[in-house]
Amino acid sequence: MASAAPAFLSAFPGLFQPERGFSFQRSTVRYGRLAPWVPVVGLEIHAQISSNSKLFSGSQVQFAAPPNSLVSFFDASLPGTLPVLNRRCVEAAVMTGLALNCSINKKSLFDRKHYFYADLPAGYQITQQRVPIAVNGSLSYSLCIDSKMSQMVTKTVRIKQIQLEQDSGKSLHDDTRSQTLVDLNRAGVGLMEVVMEPDMCCGEEAAAAVRELQLILQTLGSSQAVMAEGQLRVDANVSVHHPGEPYGVRTEVKNINSIRFLAKAIDYEIQRQIEELENGGTILNETRAFDSKLGCTVPMRDKEGKQDYRFMPEPNLPPLILYDAKSLPANMNHQQVINIDWIHERLPDLPSVKRKKLVEQYGILPEHSFTLLNEEGLAEFFESVVKQTQMKPKKVIGWILKDLLSYLKQHSLTVKESPVSSFVLADLLNLLEKKEISSTAAKQVLAELWKGEGKTPLEIVKEQKLELLQDQKELEQICQAVIDGHKNEVMAIKAGNPKVLNKLIGLVQKKTQGRSNPVLVKQLLEKKLSG
Amino acid sequence: MLRASLRQVSAALKEGRVAPTELCQRCLALIKSTKFLNAYITVAEETAMKQAEESEERYKKGQPLGILDGIPIAVKDNFNTAGIETTCASNMLKGYISPYNATVVQKLLDQGAVLLGKTNLDEFAMGSGSTDGVFGPVRNPWSYSKQYKEKSGPKSHPEDEESNWVITGGSSGGSAAAVASFTCFAALGSDTGGSTRNPAAHCGVVGLKPTYGLISRHGLIPLVNSMDVPGILTRCVDDAAVLLGSLAGHDPKDSTTIQDDFMPFELHNLADVSKLSIGIPKEYHAPGLSSEMLALWSKAADLFKNAGAKVVEVSLPHTPYSIVCYHVLCTAEVASNMARFDGLEYGHRSDMKDSTESLYAATRREGFNDVVRGRILSGNYFLLKQNYEKYFVKAQKVRRLIANDFVKVFRSGVDILLTPTTLRDAAPYTEFIQEDNRTRSAQDDILTQAANMAGLPAISVPTALSERGLPVGLQFIGRSFQEKQLLTVAKWFEKQVQFPLIQLEEVKRHDSDVFQYQKSASFS
Repeated sequence: MASAAPAFLSAFPGLFQPERGFSFQRSTVRYGRLAPWVPVVGLEIHAQISSNSKLFSGSQVQFAAPPNSLVSFFDASLPGTLPVLNRRCVEAAVMTGLALNCSINKKSLFDRKHYFYADLPAGYQITQQRVPIAVNGSLSYSLCIDSKMSQMVTKTVRIKQIQLEQDSGKSLHDDTRSQTLVDLNRAGVGLMEVVMEPDMCCGEEAAAAVRELQLILQTLGSSQAVMAEGQLRVDANVSVHHPGEPYGVRTEVKNINSIRFLAKAIDYEIQRQIEELENGGTILNETRAFDSKLGCTVPMRDKEGKQDYRFMPEPNLPPLILYDAKSLPANMNHQQVINIDWIHERLPDLPSVKRKKLVEQYGILPEHSFTLLNEEGLAEFFESVVKQTQMKPKKVIGWILKDLLSYLKQHSLTVKESPVSSFVLADLLNLLEKKEISSTAAKQVLAELWKGEGKTPLEIVKEQKLELLQDQKELEQICQAVIDGHKNEVMAIKAGNPKVLNKLIGLVQKKTQGRSNPVLVKQLLEKKLSG
Repeated sequence: MLRASLRQVSAALKEGRVAPTELCQRCLALIKSTKFLNAYITVAEETAMKQAEESEERYKKGQPLGILDGIPIAVKDNFNTAGIETTCASNMLKGYISPYNATVVQKLLDQGAVLLGKTNLDEFAMGSGSTDGVFGPVRNPWSYSKQYKEKSGPKSHPEDEESNWVITGGSSGGSAAAVASFTCFAALGSDTGGSTRNPAAHCGVVGLKPTYGLISRHGLIPLVNSMDVPGILTRCVDDAAVLLGSLAGHDPKDSTTIQDDFMPFELHNLADVSKLSIGIPKEYHAPGLSSEMLALWSKAADLFKNAGAKVVEVSLPHTPYSIVCYHVLCTAEVASNMARFDGLEYGHRSDMKDSTESLYAATRREGFNDVVRGRILSGNYFLLKQNYEKYFVKAQKVRRLIANDFVKVFRSGVDILLTPTTLRDAAPYTEFIQEDNRTRSAQDDILTQAANMAGLPAISVPTALSERGLPVGLQFIGRSFQEKQLLTVAKWFEKQVQFPLIQLEEVKRHDSDVFQYQKSASFS
């Protein structure tokens, strides 16, 4: 399966090639003759909250809108404007916190983080530095420990905190005119910053963790989490040290815009640091950018030394108070309060639970459950097909993963865009299951169905005369003709070489243009030869 | 007519004794002839007249919007007004026209008030004299009063008048001068450390600082978000209650406003003060309090005592630390709030094009005066990582102690605190500018900023004229959200002291023909 569809699986954790010939499955990396190195990887992830309006203003949130078309007075930091917290953003953060096993702070605070930048009009970002909305969680993720994807291990990374904060605008530098253009559409969009403890040790782990987080966010709907659209931005903190020694100086790697590059960037950075230290150099506490074309990290333009962000409480926002069933005030307007328990009860099944259910309910392999969830809508498609056929789920999964998925990937289509609906595929599989067509014929029908001409499988079968020969007499005649025409083979079989039988079966198939049931053909031939 | 109170002129409008357009025209004419006061930065003549005409239509149809319909008002130039320049008396915002109205401005307009213009202030409201704005200092109307001229000696040469004029106090000096000189019937100020009460006291008008959170700050260009409140300047306590009623209440655009609806109230005449307990905080006997002021304060306390009220000396022990903590918290928020003025989105932008950083630096150097830049500098210092605990956090802790002082005193049964508003009467400009802004602010805010630190309502009531013929006021501080009680007591006091009316030539000239024209109307 893996080799059939490399493009779509590129985001799947098990498929990364270990960089530079060493394996990351161990937590240490041997290099040269010295003591092994322990790489340490922590992540800071900014997930854009999926909401209609921004975190503190009423302006709309939309990707790729005309520049500065979604900017309220507050977003442009006009003097005298004040932030008003968006309830939806808080709920999204609570949902995410709960899904990541965090404790939700009943009281959290907002702070101002100051720095001057053209796309930060207020000169500060409102964030949650002192008391964030959620703390002390964990995220379990799985990855394959061999390249065949047959053995998976589950690991856990601790979540330090989740904080609500504002996104910045975008600066576009026009070097030829030496101008900077500022687009404030993104300024003030709600972000959840998820801070992971440095519990990972390689790019592959980080990638698997981020992929799992991405699926969780998408399942919750708290973020669309599309990396290419900047809805999920990952910065990696990387350091290496010898076992038993304190952590090394870390660098922060930014500018990573896909999960594949995340793994590459981290592995490159680990390798770079080891080489640097092995050669007697030192690691600077710096920010580095990943250059996806060169496949390496490079130091980012230095921001005039160390920044002091001069954090200060945001005076225009009262503390954010959340309630649970116990603390909920009796006569409080429901629009005014957020009840953590209420949100908890309504959390959808998380990917890990969904996978478990798929494995248990349909008897499919765990790795198949990963693939099903990796593609939006695929699990639902699978379940829908299963419901509409008599074919066993274990058999259906092959059609879903091998045929459907690889076709979609080849044509860069999403599941939703599939020219063959679950209903039609089920129809086809039913023909196969009822032995009205052979599986070879089924593939032919499917190839026809991809054209999306609106024909039903049965119509195609009829048109192309693909139905199995139901007329036993006719089949017997064809078998007899094959036997008669191939004396040498018959003799070989009779001399005790049963493998030659397959050749005869193939010949019958050829004569019937694949419309014969191979099992039946085999029976007929055997009967005739033994007679 | 122009000297009438807001309620009186509102009654006159209702009864058709005066038309909104006429009233507006008269105010505009008086603004012109008192231009030397420099009370207004922008006079919105056209829009004001248009608003007055609309008001007139409503009255003609017998459908006025309420008590404020057709009433000329002025607004401090740090409130955003759509279509009318909002400058904060700073080069940074010179020419800046906001696309929206501050909530308080919108509320006034929605109730039919006529916005005459924007009043002068210290740059970004940072000051206590209304002397430090780019449009020059505001002159106290009392400098030109008969009362002051008589007291300051017979040598009334024009050149003396030029050197003798006194400041209004600040930073809402323009609003106070506008109300005091009868160019409007009420004005909005802002109060962060005393910026409404201080000029009110110096200009002989009522200055109300409501409880923090009672009136929306949305659209008020902030000085210190955690202490700013829109302030109300009027001729009498009753008028302050009217304005409070029309402005107070929850604003969805300001998350720090109260959730509950505010019920506007009318003040009754307090017949009996015997159930009142008036606290005299001994710490307000501050260094520099003039003997004249002290005597007046005692006299006021006696007034209550003699009328049967309980008057007790109380202690607010952390008061002496308040002004330094105020300084730390104020500058820290200033440093933060001023960060947005970078010349990119609005306001002044320097021609410097070497780099973004140099553009920022030049813009801010050119746009802000020394006072603003000084506060930004010290505020950023206090917020540095290594200083944050030592200064900001400590100041916040002391702020809590100061607030607790008040809570304790009020819990002990005291209803209202009575203090002086200022240490002395207004200083002549020439004298005032001898000291730098920081020193002056520290002295002048000493009696007022604690109420801001604690978020409490406070009101300055004009009480008497000093030996120099200048107004002095006393301050009442009340419990949180107990504005009704505070104003009721202030009204009783106002009635007892019978503060004299300012005698101004310019006003007489403008108002006299009204009296001829409308003999039946007899206002004070």
